[in-house]
Amino acid sequence: MTIGLGHYLTVAAILFTLGIFGIFINRKNVIIILMSIELILLAVNINFVAFSASLHDLVGQVFALLVLTVAAAEAAIGLAILAVFFRTRGSIAVEDINAMKG
Amino acid sequence: MYQAIVFLPLLGCIIAGLVALAGARARFPGADPATGAEDSAHDHGPHASGGAPRLGGDHAVIHGSSHEPEPHVPPAMGSRLCEVVTTAFLLIAMLLSWLALYRVGFGHQDAHVPLLPFIVSGDLKVDWALRVDTLTAVMLVVVTTVSALVHLYSIGYMAEDPFRPRFFSYLSLFTFAMLMLVTADNLVQLFFGWEGVGLASYLLIGFWYHKPEANAAAIKAFIVNRVGDFGFALGIFAVFLMTGAVDLDTVFAQAPALTGKTMHFLSWDLDALTVICLLLFMGAMGKSAQFLLHTWLPDAMEGPTPVSALIHAATMVTAGVFMVARLSPLFELAPNAQTVVTGVGAMTAIFAATVGLVQNDIKRIVAYSTCSQLGYMFVAMGVGAYSVGMFHLFTHAFFKALLFLGSGSVITAMHHEQDIRKMGGLKNKIPFTYAVMVIGTLALTGFPLTAGYFSKDAIIEAAYVGHNVLAPHAFWATVVAAGLTAFYSWRLIYKTFHGAPHDPAHYEAAHESPMVMLVPLGVLAAGSILAGLPFVDLFAGHGVEEFFRESIKFAPANHVLEAMHEIPWQIKMLPTLMMLGGWGVAIWFYILRPDMPVALARQHPGLYRFLLNKWYFDELYDFIFVRPMLWLGRLLWKGGDGWLIDGFGPDGVSARVIDVTRNVVRLQTGYLYHYAFAMLVGVAAFITWFMFTSGGH
Repeated sequence: MTIGLGHYLTVAAILFTLGIFGIFINRKNVIIILMSIELILLAVNINFVAFSASLHDLVGQVFALLVLTVAAAEAAIGLAILAVFFRTRGSIAVEDINAMKG
Repeated sequence: MYQAIVFLPLLGCIIAGLVALAGARARFPGADPATGAEDSAHDHGPHASGGAPRLGGDHAVIHGSSHEPEPHVPPAMGSRLCEVVTTAFLLIAMLLSWLALYRVGFGHQDAHVPLLPFIVSGDLKVDWALRVDTLTAVMLVVVTTVSALVHLYSIGYMAEDPFRPRFFSYLSLFTFAMLMLVTADNLVQLFFGWEGVGLASYLLIGFWYHKPEANAAAIKAFIVNRVGDFGFALGIFAVFLMTGAVDLDTVFAQAPALTGKTMHFLSWDLDALTVICLLLFMGAMGKSAQFLLHTWLPDAMEGPTPVSALIHAATMVTAGVFMVARLSPLFELAPNAQTVVTGVGAMTAIFAATVGLVQNDIKRIVAYSTCSQLGYMFVAMGVGAYSVGMFHLFTHAFFKALLFLGSGSVITAMHHEQDIRKMGGLKNKIPFTYAVMVIGTLALTGFPLTAGYFSKDAIIEAAYVGHNVLAPHAFWATVVAAGLTAFYSWRLIYKTFHGAPHDPAHYEAAHESPMVMLVPLGVLAAGSILAGLPFVDLFAGHGVEEFFRESIKFAPANHVLEAMHEIPWQIKMLPTLMMLGGWGVAIWFYILRPDMPVALARQHPGLYRFLLNKWYFDELYDFIFVRPMLWLGRLLWKGGDGWLIDGFGPDGVSARVIDVTRNVVRLQTGYLYHYAFAMLVGVAAFITWFMFTSGGH
């Protein structure tokens, strides 16, 4: 069996779905939400690379590298915010973050 | 000159008003001046009362409180300045007014001073202007003289009151409004002055606004006057409807053409002139406290005594009389209206005199006496003897202001005791006040050669020769009232100044008033004697035509003034005899046999209570008008406003909005994953929509 474009796309779709469910089924921890976002970005990257290989267009892989950089920066900022948030509020449990409740 | 007479009091009012505002601000720094002054009334209520006289009933309360050491409320800054400025302006106005009377009455130099345009709207054109003819000049003299003396007197009377700038401001405001009224060139300006004096009267009756009775009296005066003013306003509308103008010259010129014309109202055709005159007279009845609309005047005595003297004796209440005289060209053409005027005047004269017989409050006796004398004036107006009515207005202003200010002097001497049953024997303690009160009483009762003798007897003679249907009734009513007047006036004197003191504590503390109060009393006493003889020919004799000229119009058939001089001497003597009779009974009752009145009251308890309760008019009005109005008001308030309008209007809508928002608010949980979920669903929906529409092909 050869591994074709469809398999890559299937893996990416599964990862994307996992990421989404990770965001709003998770009730515990904000860090998990950050990780889920990384998962979603990862799924997008897999799509980029798969289509790049399949269509013989290098732009997709270049864009995937760009996405990786942005994701790294985003993860750094997100974690920094979390650290500050924990210092002021003393918790990073998702249930406790409801300052916008009407 | 005429501008100075009218506007100097206004200037004084503004200056004193500014000082009063500044004083209120200084007293309550940081607060809004107006609300600050209001608050102070509640905080300092009992202390601020200073010189508040009260009714005799709660004597014990006063006795207790008046000897308590009260925290001193400092008078407002600039009180002295206000007193001096307003009084000086009024004195200047008084001198100019006498000059005006001399110029207009004897020099025949009528003046018409246009000031400003007021209203220009279609056919309606109203200007501010001063019209000065003899009628106005007489009123100018009365108003400014009494007002200047009252200002002067108030400096002494109100010396303990911390709110003097406000008081003097109101007094000057009143004087200005009254001068606008008497110099009015058109009916609208007359109405402006009319309402202005009503406002000033309201403010001054309620001057001690921390007293509930004073507030109630002020509101009552205002509302009862509104009833009259309603008629007055309708009268002005009717005049405009029939003549197309409101300025007096045009109206008078067109009046003869209106004779016999009718006004269509609903299904009736009414005689236009009669309707107009009756409606205007309704305004006069309210302002001049005539029978049926008189109930506010005795209650108005809650105000400070100088106010009673100025507004409720000498000037404002005579505005109705002045108005009828001013509109004599209309009234002369409406004999039916004249009959009504005569009837109402006669009824008031006799009614108020009977009530005055049994009252015990010194100011109320004088108030009912005023009411009765106003009735006399309207009798004169009704039978067509306008100048005679004006004569009584002129003399009455002096002796009634004198009696009021004298009562004020007695009240001050007795430490704000107003019940004559608690007085007695004061003639040795306050001899000057006693002397001037006796002079005032002699003038009021018509003792020969005093001012009242000439004017009052002239009215009674005019009623005797009057032609309308009610004139004979009016004649007998005024004759009987003359006897009653003598009785209650001397009763007041004897119970206050003679006999044994009924309240030793107050008697011992009684003291004569300061000089600043005695001087106006002296001047008015002189006026009470001298206002009669020198003027009798001008007002009630052969000089009338020459003196009043165009300002009062007599119909060609009106020969009252000529006929007055040809009546039998028995009739001429009758009022004097009645006066002596009433005086004699008073002496018998209160000097010779002091037990008689009590026994008489015990023999006729029903009659006594009927008179003591003022013919039960207050109770009657309470039953007929006040209670149904309260019921209706409560119905509209609770049912109409609260349930219907608020329920389905603002309150209902706002309640529904709150319900909706409460549900919307519940959507905002604040949980991160809910927002994320909403976002993803949104994105998914958007993509789906995109795919099935534009992305589909």
